[in-house]
Amino acid sequence: MTLTAASETSGTPAPAPQQVTMSGAINRALRDAMTADADVVVFGEDVSTLGGVFRVTDGIARDFGQDRCFDTPLAEAGIVGFAVGMAMAGFRPVIEMQFDAFAYPAFEQIASHVAKMRNRTAGRVNLPIVIRIPFAGGIGGVEHHCDSSEAYYAHTPGLKVVTPATVRDAYTLLREAINDPDPVIFMEPKRLYWSKGSIESAAAATTFDSFGRAAVRREGTDVTLVAYGPSVDVAMQAASAATESGWSVEVVDVRTIVPYDDETVVASVRKTGRCVVVQEAQGFAGVGAEIAARVQERAFHSLHAPVLRVAGLDIPYPPPKLEHLHLPGVERVLDAIARLQWDDNADTHFFPHGTASGNTANGNQGGAA
Amino acid sequence: MVIGRRFDIQAMALAKQGRLAVYPPSRGQEACQIGSMLALSKDDWAFPTYRDSMALVTRGIDPVEILTVPHGAAHCGFDPRANRTAPQCTPLATQLIHAVGFASGEQRKGRPTVAMAFVGDGGTSEGDFHEALNFAAVFKAPVVFLVQNNKYAISTPLAKQTAAPSLGYKGIGYGIASEQVDGNDVMAVLAVLNKAVAHARSGQGPVLVEAHTYRLDAHTNADDATRYRDSDEVEDWVRRDPIARLEAWLCDGGLIDDAFIASVAQKAEAFAADLRMRMSVDLAVDPMSLFDNVFATPTPQLLEQRAMVKSELEAEEASR
Repeated sequence: MTLTAASETSGTPAPAPQQVTMSGAINRALRDAMTADADVVVFGEDVSTLGGVFRVTDGIARDFGQDRCFDTPLAEAGIVGFAVGMAMAGFRPVIEMQFDAFAYPAFEQIASHVAKMRNRTAGRVNLPIVIRIPFAGGIGGVEHHCDSSEAYYAHTPGLKVVTPATVRDAYTLLREAINDPDPVIFMEPKRLYWSKGSIESAAAATTFDSFGRAAVRREGTDVTLVAYGPSVDVAMQAASAATESGWSVEVVDVRTIVPYDDETVVASVRKTGRCVVVQEAQGFAGVGAEIAARVQERAFHSLHAPVLRVAGLDIPYPPPKLEHLHLPGVERVLDAIARLQWDDNADTHFFPHGTASGNTANGNQGGAA
Repeated sequence: MVIGRRFDIQAMALAKQGRLAVYPPSRGQEACQIGSMLALSKDDWAFPTYRDSMALVTRGIDPVEILTVPHGAAHCGFDPRANRTAPQCTPLATQLIHAVGFASGEQRKGRPTVAMAFVGDGGTSEGDFHEALNFAAVFKAPVVFLVQNNKYAISTPLAKQTAAPSLGYKGIGYGIASEQVDGNDVMAVLAVLNKAVAHARSGQGPVLVEAHTYRLDAHTNADDATRYRDSDEVEDWVRRDPIARLEAWLCDGGLIDDAFIASVAQKAEAFAADLRMRMSVDLAVDPMSLFDNVFATPTPQLLEQRAMVKSELEAEEASR
């Protein structure tokens, strides 16, 4: 959009853009936001002297001072509640929850106060707070360090829920989140912290407008894969692999779960006629279920097959040596694509065991034509 | 205090008549609620709970706006910024940490604001109470925590709530200057809270004050206090009525006379009559306001839902 246009129209042949990690891009976004607005402050557990356990806030306290980047006591509800008060006093707090599962003590503050203050006060008190949460797995983390908690927040009216899949988006979405007048849950896929990309053209921008706009990461004609955060990379790999089977796969990166971009997703599905939603989170009652429902509500007559979901298993996050079985990988995505009614045979995947056709005693289920 | 009590009695009556969805009364706690507000300067902020309505009356907030939540047409009815008062908080102790962040933020901006944070005896068991105390102490936030120990959390008596010798001890553990005061003696409350506010404003950090008082009425109009306490106990506290005590003290000192007492009672009656009249007017509600202030800019999905409700209402209107 604006940013892309700006970078593409710069006339001089630029040298190869400098590569930064996603954690570096987030660090840069924090610094640029703090430079642009003296009311932006960063706080949380170990974010100051240490620079955070993932080093996302590395050097910020040194360069901006302890007043603007400070450590707090170890209490997540306290950190979020403190941010509510700081925002009421005129600051724009950007706070860190150290890990996904450690944010749960703060859930009451988030659901009852952060999400509702604007509504409770008829718009008189708004809370421009960004809550950064490193989330999801794939890094060999032990229990309580790998939860995909996005659905809890997305289900709470009044919160925006954002998760970047690219280094550039990590920068631009965070800048936009900090500028937003409303609270944003900014979910950082831990396994992408060390991924690399360029943010140079993005960092030159002064306005950001990606919220509510999904991004088509790869164009295709046969199937749409809808994904967000850590699963976009999986979808991209699956799309590449699918070409071997002759499938042309389009990949849509949701980027902001709230506000959600129905339009871009549905336009893609209308074009391709098939859709698989990929999410790392456990599948039941998840964001992917919402996306699948919305797609078939809006594009039913364009669909050649049911919308399928590829998600994590409905289990507590497993021990590191088993996480590869839990995480939706390329093979599971390809298997789902293969089930998208490419011929007239019934998809037997959900048929009861022991029935070839799926017809049961009363004969009204399954129903291969 | 007389006006505060008259407001409280009137609100309870409105609840019993069904004009309010619910009302949590605080009759008997006048010295705490009025005293605390008198200790604040006009630029200071209050972070009250749902039971602190008399404190809000003392702040000068329109009583109709105080009762907006139970009246049912909207949430917080008053402007928090204009009245320097946060919305009355129902999830217990959760707003204490807002007071701490706010006071610390004001301090960081170089403003001399003090925040008065309200909690009851039951609320001191909540985790957020402890986190608020700890953050306040660590950041030396200019906050005064007023614990109105009214002896009951709905039906649960203090003895089942804590093993601490007093709730004031909970502040000491966090390194907070802590005091106890007779919460039914408004002069004592004022003296202790004036000192506490001055301490906080001077940058020496937070103060916790435990005020010993008693909730003379039930938890709400829907509660039956006879199920968990006997009338002798209540009678005992009626004898320690904060208004009667202040009145006796002022009369003894020759500072007020019967005419003054009568004029105050008259003022309180006029206050209640005005409230009754204004609360008897049916509220106009805008159904479309459902979609206001979820976000600064509504999402496309909210706009779709707004259009749906609008067309439903228009169809309903047309079929009349």
